[in-house]
This record gives sequence, C-alpha cells and structure tokens, in this order.
Amino acid sequence: MINIRNVHKCFGDLEVLKGIDLDVNKGEVLSIIGGSGSGKSTLLYCINAIENIQKGQIIVDDIDVHAKKTYQDKLRQKLGMVFQQWNSFPHLTVLENAALAPRIVKKLSREESIEVAKQELEHVGLGDKFDVYPTKMSGGQQQRLAIARALAMKPDYMLFDEITSALDPELVGEVLDTLRLLREDGMTMICVTHEIAFAREVSDQVAFFNEGIIEEMGTPEQVISNPQKETTQKFLSKVL
Amino acid sequence: MGSLFTPLSWNDTGFILTGVWNTVIISVVAIGFGTLLGVIVGFIRAESNRLVNTLLGGILDIFRSVPLIIQLILFSTYIGAIGHPLEPFVAGSIVLSLYSMAFMSEVFRSGFESVHKSMQIAARSLGMSYWQTIFYIRLPIGLRAVFPSWLGVALSVIKDSALVSVIGYMELLRTSDQLISRTQQPLEILIGVGIFYFIISYPLSLYGRYVERKMAL
Repeated sequence: MINIRNVHKCFGDLEVLKGIDLDVNKGEVLSIIGGSGSGKSTLLYCINAIENIQKGQIIVDDIDVHAKKTYQDKLRQKLGMVFQQWNSFPHLTVLENAALAPRIVKKLSREESIEVAKQELEHVGLGDKFDVYPTKMSGGQQQRLAIARALAMKPDYMLFDEITSALDPELVGEVLDTLRLLREDGMTMICVTHEIAFAREVSDQVAFFNEGIIEEMGTPEQVISNPQKETTQKFLSKVL
Repeated sequence: MGSLFTPLSWNDTGFILTGVWNTVIISVVAIGFGTLLGVIVGFIRAESNRLVNTLLGGILDIFRSVPLIIQLILFSTYIGAIGHPLEPFVAGSIVLSLYSMAFMSEVFRSGFESVHKSMQIAARSLGMSYWQTIFYIRLPIGLRAVFPSWLGVALSVIKDSALVSVIGYMELLRTSDQLISRTQQPLEILIGVGIFYFIISYPLSLYGRYVERKMAL
C-alpha cells in the first residue's frame, strides 16, 4: 500500500506539489490526469525517491521513502517505473536489457535472470525479439520492452509516467493493451496519463491534478464522467 | 681507401626492427595509460562542478597546448637536473602517456556526457546503484559513442611517439636517422620507415573499422 501524506515539493522557489494526500491499495489502479506543469509526474518521481520532498511523507509498505535510514536502491526494487522516453539500453539486446537488473541488482544467476527476462518479454509480446537490439524496434516495442524490463524485477507496484505521450498515434494501442494485461494480472499501478478514455476504462480511482494540488478525486464515473469542479470540467472539455 | 659511408645492407635489419619494436612498445604503453587515465579524468570532469572542472581543464590545456617536443625536453632535462635521471623510455612513456591522457580525457568526457540523464534515471529506477549505473550503462554506452574519436587520438599517439627520439629513445625515427647519416640514403630509408609506421598503424585502423561495424546498432 502506498500512502502519501501532505507532500510538498519545490524546485527552487517554485512549489510544484502543494500538499498531496493519496492512498493506493494493493491491486488498485490510480490514474493521475491534469495539465502539464500540474505536478503529476513530479509526484511519481517523489514516490520512487528520484526526487526528494520538502515536507510530508510517502510510505510504501511501511517504508518511509524519504527517511534518512531508508535504503533507496532497495526500495526502488519494489517500484517499477516506466517513463515517457523508453530509455532502452542501446548496447544490450532486448533479452539483456530485461535480464541485466535481475542479475546485477537481485544477484540472480545468469540462467535465472534470463529465465525471468524471457517470461516477461513473452508476456508483453516480445517473445520473438530476444536477440534484437532495441534501436531496431519501433517506439511501441521499445516501450513494451521498458515495461518488461521493469516487471522482470518483480516489483510490487508499477509507476507509469505518460508512457504513450512520445509515441506515434498508431503505436499507442499496443502499449495500452500491455497495461490492460497488467491490470488483469492484478498489478498495483499509478498511471500519469493523457489517455482519458483509457483512464476511465481501467482505473479504480482517478485524481485530477491542478497547479500542485488534487483538485478532484474519485471513481472514473465521478471525476471523468461527472466532474464537479469547474477546473476539471474545463480541462476535460479541452482534452476529450 | 675505404668510403666514409657504408651502404644499407641486410645486416641493418636487426637494428631497424629494434626501432620498430621500441616504437610499438612506447605507443602501447602511452595509449594504454593514456586511455586508463583519460577515462578516469574524463569521468571526473563529467561529474564534477565548475570549480574542479576549470582547474582540471587548465592543467589539461597545458598538456594539450605546449608542443610535445618541448614537454619531452623540459621533463627529461628537469628530472635529470634535480638528480633523478630517467631512462629515455621511462621519461618518454610518462610524457607521452600524459599527453595522450589530456586528449583522451576530453574524448571520454564527451562520451560520458552523451549518455542522457534520463537513461541513468531509468537504470536507477530498476534498483541499480550509482556505481552499477556507471559500469553497466554509462561507461559502455559512452565509450561506444566516442570510439572513433578515441581511435583518432590513438593513431596520432603512434606517430607522435617519433618525437621521443629527441630525448635519446631509440625508436623507429631515431634508428632511421642514424642509418641515414651512415649510408647517405635518405630516400630509401625514409620511405621504408614510412611503410613501417603504416604497418604499425594500419592494423589498429582496421580493427577500429571492424569494431565500429560490430557496434553499428
């Protein structure tokens, strides 16, 4: 379970998060929507301890993410993350991309790490690409590789940061299908997304971020279909 | 009455080959140490703040801007003058290594900087530590990116090694110089020496092309 309490985050003088409270239960899918600069991606970076916070607390399974004693490299093994830019490791084959972290971080044997990597790659539909170099693949395939690479660490949570935003429109579908697959597996996910229709379809909760605060939060029906706040309505009318 | 000069003969082969060998050895040493130090210094430059960078950059600029021949003479005479004379090979290796380090560190720095920050964040998000990210991601990607420039520096180091002759190291150019004064056959000898330099450099250049083709992802 992820508990976020009154989180404040500043970049210099700019306060990007102004007191965020959120809870994500095991097996739940939370989608975060909102305009650019609303702080939604920053929150993901804070959950993963890539960014620190100035105030508040983020608890992942009883671990205080930003406490001094927390071993953040270890914590990140619990939290898989996929980014807007897929960041495939260009010097490694698809299989090596997915097998690297299990081997060097989790210290699995070479065989075990390859076994896990193959499973996850097959799961996202890249079973025929093991020996290909990622730069030879489409953006959609590379993004699915990024998902498999994160899954190979067997994380308890997955964080997705606008993972379809940099893709050509015709490639978005295959990546969203992969997310649907994860949902069926019962993976706990936080998706920062601009795909409103997708958010409505797969989410248990939707949070609408506006200028560093959660403007509106609830089920997809509440937030997307019947938004109460004017800012939410305005945002949705622009993107839908 | 015998002539003052004796023509080039097969008996000179051993002498020439010693020169070839000495050129190869000092080049390998200088490229080896230059690369090793260059990677370390290049990494420090890519990772450190402005102050450290300006300082390091200033020192490297001295190595890069002062002609190698002057560095060689200054170093070997100074070290002799303070009572620690070094073998020409040792003094030459030190200067040539530092000289190639100065160029290579810039090459490697740009390689490290070419690996985008987001790539490193992606690696860290998989649970890799700072050093794992360096060794498994940044180093291999960065080195590949700058391999052609590195090769260019390495090839020029082989040719620059000719200058070590000025401090008495018996490498290829100096051997040929002595043969020329004895035989008065500069044309044949210089052409021969040129061919030897080519034979030394060309395999490296070929190897570079092979590696580049293998890495062309």
